[in-house]
Amino acid sequence: MSKQEWPLYEVFIRTKSGLSHRHAGSLHAADDQMALDNARDTYTRRSEGVSLWVVRSNSIIASDPAETSAFFEPAEDKIYRHPTFYEIPDGVENL
Amino acid sequence: MYTQGLDQAGKDKQAVAENADSLNAFQKRVDAEEKIEAKDWMPEAYRRTLIRQISQHAHSEIIGMQPEGNWLTRAPSLKRKAILLAKVQDEAGHGLYLYSAAETLGVSRDEMVGDLLSGKAKYSSIFNYPTLSWADIGAIGWLVDGAAIMNQIPLCRCSYGPYARAMVRVCKEESFHQRQGFDIMLTLCRGSDEQKAMAQDALNRWWWPSLMMFGPNDSESRHSAQSMAWKIKRFSNDELRQKFVDVTVQQAEFLGISVPDDDLRLDEETGHYSFGEIDWQEFIDVIAGNGPCNKQRIEKRRAAHNDGAWVREAAQAYASKQASQAA
Repeated sequence: MSKQEWPLYEVFIRTKSGLSHRHAGSLHAADDQMALDNARDTYTRRSEGVSLWVVRSNSIIASDPAETSAFFEPAEDKIYRHPTFYEIPDGVENL
Repeated sequence: MYTQGLDQAGKDKQAVAENADSLNAFQKRVDAEEKIEAKDWMPEAYRRTLIRQISQHAHSEIIGMQPEGNWLTRAPSLKRKAILLAKVQDEAGHGLYLYSAAETLGVSRDEMVGDLLSGKAKYSSIFNYPTLSWADIGAIGWLVDGAAIMNQIPLCRCSYGPYARAMVRVCKEESFHQRQGFDIMLTLCRGSDEQKAMAQDALNRWWWPSLMMFGPNDSESRHSAQSMAWKIKRFSNDELRQKFVDVTVQQAEFLGISVPDDDLRLDEETGHYSFGEIDWQEFIDVIAGNGPCNKQRIEKRRAAHNDGAWVREAAQAYASKQASQAA
């Protein structure tokens, strides 16, 4: 008997047209088609979606939570990127 | 993200040692109601507690298909059969959501399934009781799923993100389970004397085991204090049990059947029902493997797993062949 565990897939659901796909959970499947079928049966039994993505978990490149502050630090000191940084004098409209 | 591969990458360079500073920092995050995510640093005991709790929960969903599955071919109408099929399928789904959530903590699916089949892992004591009549299917939905909802709603706010998110999905579906159970009870209670007697008999047998589902009294509960501090648990066993009794007794009154407890009284001052002493020896016996159906449940699970081996092997062989042809 094969003791090899089926690969892990991440499941993403688009709940309706106009919205992005959103991570719903994960599952194991022997191949891509089975992953899609199982995702439908596991995550959309109540019409939760109009589109499904499944992707092998080991294909996802993720940032490291231990490095979060260093990784996102370049954005921290650029407050001038936000409109609220700028003072608009009274009397100026529609800006 | 739920990926195991990433968990492993994290382990190689476990940058933060477990000491007073890191534990305090972790507790601060929890106290601030920040969610802990899969790859975040966490104390080893927090990880172990969650793996134990989530996997036990998953096993309960999987074993929980059996008592109800027992009545699938004997449901009294096509409508009831279709509903019960959908409910049992939901239980399988809940098991899968929860196994996935547990896997984010670095335990493999095979390991968890192996622990269930070997008898090493526990599951909820309630599923070791037999379903003797169709009314038991009503009682399970109404009482067992009702008790489960009491337990599970607060878990939607659990500090561990993947578990909390899985519980949100589970709770949405449990509500259907409880209502279909109550609907079965209501139909029986509005039926013939014989049908009403069936409903009463089911309540008699499922009431006390349902109260046991909340676990030992707070004074006896080993893991409670730490789990509360970590915000894995939000309410104590006794608080949740009390809440369950308060709402369920009124529902039983509506059905016109009586809760099998001579000591049950409404305390006018507190507005809560006081109830009799639970037979904790029975609870301990069932947990220890000596309930009415423990052996049967595990044997059936093992048989299902072994009977499905050829399917898993065939799927694997097909996937390998497809992959090699594509290469």
